[in-house]
Amino acid sequence: MRYAETGFRLEVDLTRGSIEKVPTDPSWTEMFLGGQGTAAKILWDRVGPEVQAFDPENLLIFTAGLLVGTPVPGANRTVVNTISPQTGLYAHSIFGAFFGPELKHAGYDQIVFRGKAPDLVYLWIHNDKVELRDATHLRGKGAQETARLIREELGVPEAQVAAIGLAGENRVYMATIEHSSASASRGVGAVMGDKRLKAIAVRGTQDLQLAKPEKIFQLSLDMFKAISENPFTGDIMAHEDDEEFHVDNFAWGNARKRIKGFWNKEREERWKKISESVRLRWTGCYNCPKDCHQAIKVPGHETYFQKCYSKLTYAMAAYKEIDFNYQILAKTQAYGLDGFSTPQVLAFAVELYEAGILTDEDLPGFPEDNGDRFFYLLEKIVRREGVGDALANGVYHAARQIGRGAEEYDHNTMKKFEQVPLKLKMINFPYFLMYATGEKMNITQIEGSYPQVPIADKKEREEFVKRWEAAPERFKKWYLEWEPRTHPPLEAAVHICDWNETMHYIDDAIGMCAFLSSFRGQFGGQPPYHIYNLPKFIAAAAGIELTPQELWNVARRNRNLIRAINVRRGLRRKDERPPEDHWQIRDPEKEQKVLSDYYTFKGWTQDGIPTIGTLEKLGLADVAEDLVRRGILSEDDREPVFQDISA
Amino acid sequence: MTEKRIIKTIKVDPDKCIGCRACELACSAFHAKPRYSSANPARSRIRVVFDELNDIYFPIRSVAYTPAECAGRHAYVLQGKEYPECAFCGNICPSRDYFYEPDSKLPLKCDMCESTPELEEPVCVAVCRVDALTYEVREEEVAAGEEGPDELEIGLEALADEYGLDKVLDAVARIAGKE
Ligand code: SF4
Ligand code: SF4
Ligand code: SF4
Repeated sequence: MRYAETGFRLEVDLTRGSIEKVPTDPSWTEMFLGGQGTAAKILWDRVGPEVQAFDPENLLIFTAGLLVGTPVPGANRTVVNTISPQTGLYAHSIFGAFFGPELKHAGYDQIVFRGKAPDLVYLWIHNDKVELRDATHLRGKGAQETARLIREELGVPEAQVAAIGLAGENRVYMATIEHSSASASRGVGAVMGDKRLKAIAVRGTQDLQLAKPEKIFQLSLDMFKAISENPFTGDIMAHEDDEEFHVDNFAWGNARKRIKGFWNKEREERWKKISESVRLRWTGCYNCPKDCHQAIKVPGHETYFQKCYSKLTYAMAAYKEIDFNYQILAKTQAYGLDGFSTPQVLAFAVELYEAGILTDEDLPGFPEDNGDRFFYLLEKIVRREGVGDALANGVYHAARQIGRGAEEYDHNTMKKFEQVPLKLKMINFPYFLMYATGEKMNITQIEGSYPQVPIADKKEREEFVKRWEAAPERFKKWYLEWEPRTHPPLEAAVHICDWNETMHYIDDAIGMCAFLSSFRGQFGGQPPYHIYNLPKFIAAAAGIELTPQELWNVARRNRNLIRAINVRRGLRRKDERPPEDHWQIRDPEKEQKVLSDYYTFKGWTQDGIPTIGTLEKLGLADVAEDLVRRGILSEDDREPVFQDISA
Repeated sequence: MTEKRIIKTIKVDPDKCIGCRACELACSAFHAKPRYSSANPARSRIRVVFDELNDIYFPIRSVAYTPAECAGRHAYVLQGKEYPECAFCGNICPSRDYFYEPDSKLPLKCDMCESTPELEEPVCVAVCRVDALTYEVREEEVAAGEEGPDELEIGLEALADEYGLDKVLDAVARIAGKE
């Protein structure tokens, strides 16, 4: 009997137009739990390093996490994985709202797409009935509009739709897959467009088996209440009108400078009024009491949802105010563009123009006003017109395609991917490690359990630690000893990075929202879910009994498998370099020391490759054999092996 | 003749709804047999009518079974928002997919979470943390009369509508014979 998961996945060959329902191997669930873990296993087995993102052999995988569709609050994430055209590496993104639970109730844990359709199609899943349908009439339609039109033509208002807009259709690297209030980014939208898959619509009405139904229900009801009463959960900052944290700390323009003192009461009042005038309501995701998203209506545009810090990213990149941000989001959400990387590409282009690298010949009729320029560039990029064709490939590739010294202006990418526009003073070793070694490209997908700064007052720090149920013991000591403006010991930096990423690896396997778990401990230290209580949810829902230690090791296995995928695609130590100007004051020697320590701790070689010993200990001997066969590891690379540390 | 009756009301404030569908989940689980054995919004007796692009999040409970749809459908425009057809109607009606058991197609009618011991409030209300659903109980003097049909009666009626009363009676007789 399978619990919490359906035990089936859909295999869709878009070239041939064939659809298969395939039973899945329960031993995989025990090894990888589901979500991105299972997807990584499929990518490892079936997508070799010779396969490029836009090859038909690349797979695009949608996976509803293990606990999705169960009563566990906040477990509503769908993970999307593929090979990214931008980085050439494993691409990971995760989106919430309603799609995943619907997919589970339709009877599937996962959809694997391969090949390319001859022309635009969409997949319609209605329980056992699954078909590819023509989508040529949806060409160029906005992502949200596409969802509406598909529901109408199917006559099924309850269908959940994930769709790409024009950006995805034109394989813009920043393209997203949009669904309700959520979206998936970091390469997956471009691959979906390359496969000529406009959308997936799903309606499911079947039951999901639960291992201990009554128990999981009771646990979930209690958790639901606890989440709603916990002030440290959800997207806390989204609800605040005081934007000081973002506008003062993040860099403006092409990740260039911080503007101290921009924030004041007058501006706060004005921005608040603007937000209120366009906000229809706050909304949440399936089975979660929080309301992290704003439904926004700008006159003349389709309603869209705003989430996370995309409220400000365009405004800050263009040196504009918040009304501009709401305006341009109305367009970018319809086109399906990522709110983190897109503004950086636009600001990069503006800088190139100002530097005379891009000229009026490249940008005929380029407007004066920065905001107008952003709108202008947007149209070029989503259509891949003129220089927009290069810009559509993101900052790193655009810089090299444009040449003429444009590379100099690419200063905020790592592994060819736009990083969060943070320019800080003093090197921070845990963050150095998270940036350098993260496989998920965006720091928000890596950080989150350990606080970003210590509480200044020692007494309060002690109080904090007393309430800190989420933390393994070793962190309590480091936190207690952590005085403001001091570095934690390097050993602590290694562990902090390890803990932070481990929690994300767990969430992304079980389909849990990071705002209730892996991302949430850093402010307040009271995430509703943590390493010590997640096992009981997994046991009652899925019937898989794990100790916290064993759960930690599943995350470790998934982490190593994904690292192996990237290593096989060429990732090495030399690539693990945060942007040079991320910190003003660097310490190259200590940085390399902590990186070496981290590799050793992880059981990797000094080039960042998991050793044979590590892979074997994690039950991934076949992965080790493959790396040896390819000459990436030698027979002697058996050590170091990671140490079992207590969870 | 009058008698005292308990009037139970679930007040709906759709402006407060965040669209979390926890009410659907809780209702379906509470009514699963055995209780909590499954959680599946498709089996819920409360449904949130969604139209995200028009900012419509409208929870409705199923009230009564009807074998045929009304002579004309209802559509409302309130404060400039056009609500989907029949959005305000709680009837279990063939014009739409709501409130039918997905397998048997039997109607699902809200029973205000009747159970022994009695709940403090219905489960859909209990999980609605933003007070889009609130519960009120009061006593009223009403004309003495018959209670409405119960779940069994509604189910039989629906079966009779689908298969004809004779077939249903035959089937009941056959089952009775077996036992
Ligand atoms: S915390 Fe926010 S983003 Fe996360 S599931 Fe709940 S509503 Fe969605
Ligand atoms: S009152 Fe009870 S039966 Fe009625 S809709 Fe709410 S949860 Fe369902
Ligand atoms: S529980 Fe409340 S807020 Fe959530 S969907 Fe139901 S009515 Fe809306």
